[in-house]
Amino acid sequence: MRTTVDLLKIGDKATIINVDLDKIPLKLLEMGCLPNNELEIIQIAPFGDPIYINVNNGSHLAIRKETAHEIEVEIHEK
Amino acid sequence: MSIQNITVALIGNPNTGKTSVFNQLTGLKQQVGNYPGITVEKKLGFCKLSQNIKANILDLPGTYSLNASSIDENVVIELMLNKKDKLFPDVAVVITDIENLKRNLLLFTQIKDLEIPTILVINMADRMKPKGISIDIPYLEEQLKTKIVLVSTRKGFGIDELKKQIVDYKNLSTEPCLNASSIDEDYFNKLRKAFPNQLLYKLWLVITQDVNFLNLERNEIRSSFTKSHSDLKRLQQKETIKRYQFINDTLKIGQTIDTANATDLRSKLDKILTHKIFGYIIFFGILLLIFQSIFDWSSVPMEFIDTTFANLANYTKTHLPAGEFTNLISEGIIPGIGGIVIFIPQIAFLFLFISVLEESGYMSRVVFLMDKIMRRYGLSGKSVVPLISGTACAIPAIMSARNIENWKERLITILVTPFITCSARLPVYAIIIALIIPNKRLFGFFSLQGATLMILYLLGFGMALFSAYALNKILKLKTKSYFVVEMPNYKLPLLKNVAINVIEKTKSFVFGAGKIILAISIILWFLGSHGPDTSFKNAEKIVTSELQKNNETVSQTILNNHISSYKLEHSYIGIIGKSIEPVIKPLGYDWKIGIAVVTSFAAREVFVGTLATIYSVGNNNDDSTIKNKMQADVHPDGTKIFNFASGVSLLLFYAFAMQCASTLAVTKRETNTWKWPIIQLLFMSGFAYIVALIAFQILK
Repeated sequence: MRTTVDLLKIGDKATIINVDLDKIPLKLLEMGCLPNNELEIIQIAPFGDPIYINVNNGSHLAIRKETAHEIEVEIHEK
Repeated sequence: MSIQNITVALIGNPNTGKTSVFNQLTGLKQQVGNYPGITVEKKLGFCKLSQNIKANILDLPGTYSLNASSIDENVVIELMLNKKDKLFPDVAVVITDIENLKRNLLLFTQIKDLEIPTILVINMADRMKPKGISIDIPYLEEQLKTKIVLVSTRKGFGIDELKKQIVDYKNLSTEPCLNASSIDEDYFNKLRKAFPNQLLYKLWLVITQDVNFLNLERNEIRSSFTKSHSDLKRLQQKETIKRYQFINDTLKIGQTIDTANATDLRSKLDKILTHKIFGYIIFFGILLLIFQSIFDWSSVPMEFIDTTFANLANYTKTHLPAGEFTNLISEGIIPGIGGIVIFIPQIAFLFLFISVLEESGYMSRVVFLMDKIMRRYGLSGKSVVPLISGTACAIPAIMSARNIENWKERLITILVTPFITCSARLPVYAIIIALIIPNKRLFGFFSLQGATLMILYLLGFGMALFSAYALNKILKLKTKSYFVVEMPNYKLPLLKNVAINVIEKTKSFVFGAGKIILAISIILWFLGSHGPDTSFKNAEKIVTSELQKNNETVSQTILNNHISSYKLEHSYIGIIGKSIEPVIKPLGYDWKIGIAVVTSFAAREVFVGTLATIYSVGNNNDDSTIKNKMQADVHPDGTKIFNFASGVSLLLFYAFAMQCASTLAVTKRETNTWKWPIIQLLFMSGFAYIVALIAFQILK
């Protein structure tokens, strides 16, 4: 199922399909947020923001919800 | 045999243990300064590599890539692109973390494209076994066209091997490890033809960066090779994908990870430390511990320093020949230095905690927990560090705002941090609270004086948040807002790193801020001990004759006190105090408090010292005597000077006013303009004046 990262729940795993280049800083791409990379939700702070992710098997990052919204993923079925 | 000097640059992602490697290579032979014109910390160390080769080792700021997004990262790329810079490295050492090799290698492939000799250090190699990681070094060396050194600063191996490789740097390959220009062959071929003498990757960096380096060259290129912003970004994404493809392919063969052997402490700790409830409880527990150390544990060494300097001043006064020079030393310089040194225990404790929290990886979790809450006020999760540090001293706190990427959030943090109750306000609060708040307990246990102190802390914090909120609405700064925090693995902090960090930070506080405080205290001493007219010079005669006129006989000490208080009234400072009286009278202050307010513009704690001198209390009297004298002091009409109304007015004034010259200096340095410190001064002190005025007029 296709969705965006801000809608995932803790423990969800997904594959990145597309990132909106005009809204995502290059730094995030360089830290591993690239199409076809794996992504896992580790923790979500209260009020759903920020989101703590593990991307590309080992790059652990916290991003804000507005950024997460620009990352399109295909969620893995459990 | 001549000694050869080479320059080595340590480059790496944040959290790869780059500074540990730097500390291992150089020990305490380090110089910490600033890059010219900007406040990025420049760390240079020295290391003897062999009999005849010495190395200058440069610890560059941590960066994720050569595409800079902060001033710290700009430093790295400006240096690496400028062969004429005298710190341009002969060899680059890229530091990576074995557990994060994939991402760390991205920067490595970029550095290789600059075609300078490069060594790859794989740090934290002791973690390979517990994490079930093994690597094929010969294969990786061949693919990455480099020499690899496995290092563990924790277990202490690999440093000698690294030194050997640096000595051998001339044998290192300078060939790139992949061909990034294949992302758009046509474009790069044209670029190559137009600038045959330039490195292709360098041209590409110049085209894509917004930094101010090689200005001329950049304009030249831009004219013929401009692309739209989004086209450039698409190409940069392609480039990044290309680099990761190469890294993934290389690691697929060169690295095996047996997850069955891996123990996962990280996710267990994260479950607790970033938990929706426990996470906050633990964070506030740690905050309490920090406050406890700053206000309780450090009071012992602080008292010791205080008495030591008082004794030293006394000793020089009695043992040096009397005269101007002795007075300058015993009344100006020694108390001035003492005023700086007394803060060392608090500053050291604070930096100890902050560096342990940062080294361990915990600070990123706090940033994660607090971001949403702070953002309502126009701040960032990363503002938590400066706001906590501000309870000790605003100066290091403002400097720690540097790692906030978003300029608007960083500026607001810098502007509101001085509202946080710093340690210099404590002595002021302590004496005024003792004067105006009765030492009583509500319901038998709730101390009124303690509660007042707590209210003042909350007021400072509340005001910081409120003005942040207001600034966020007022400031019309267009900044692209983004926020990415790396959540590093948990590590036990290395004692050596923490110690070096605490020593360096404390040193830079003492010498940096110290110079200003010292200069101001000398000026104040001069103004306080000199006067323009004859009544200052003849103070002794005038006071003695006046006493004789009234037929009073007093002891020598009391006579001396009378004389010095008369002198002060007629010194330059006294004259200043009298002349500002009309301004401060509506707040309920007399000229004596006025002088204390003026002198404590240098630093708030000067307030108590000034009043102590004005109320002519000798060195050997204890604190209660100042209090008693202040308590007894009356206006000409017989009303008390320190009453509830004027006391509350003073407390509020000190809670909000920008009474700290050093903080203004630091704000100027960090924002690179006088505009913001001036706004800070006018806003804070203006607000303080109005609040104190209203409070006094209502309560009187």
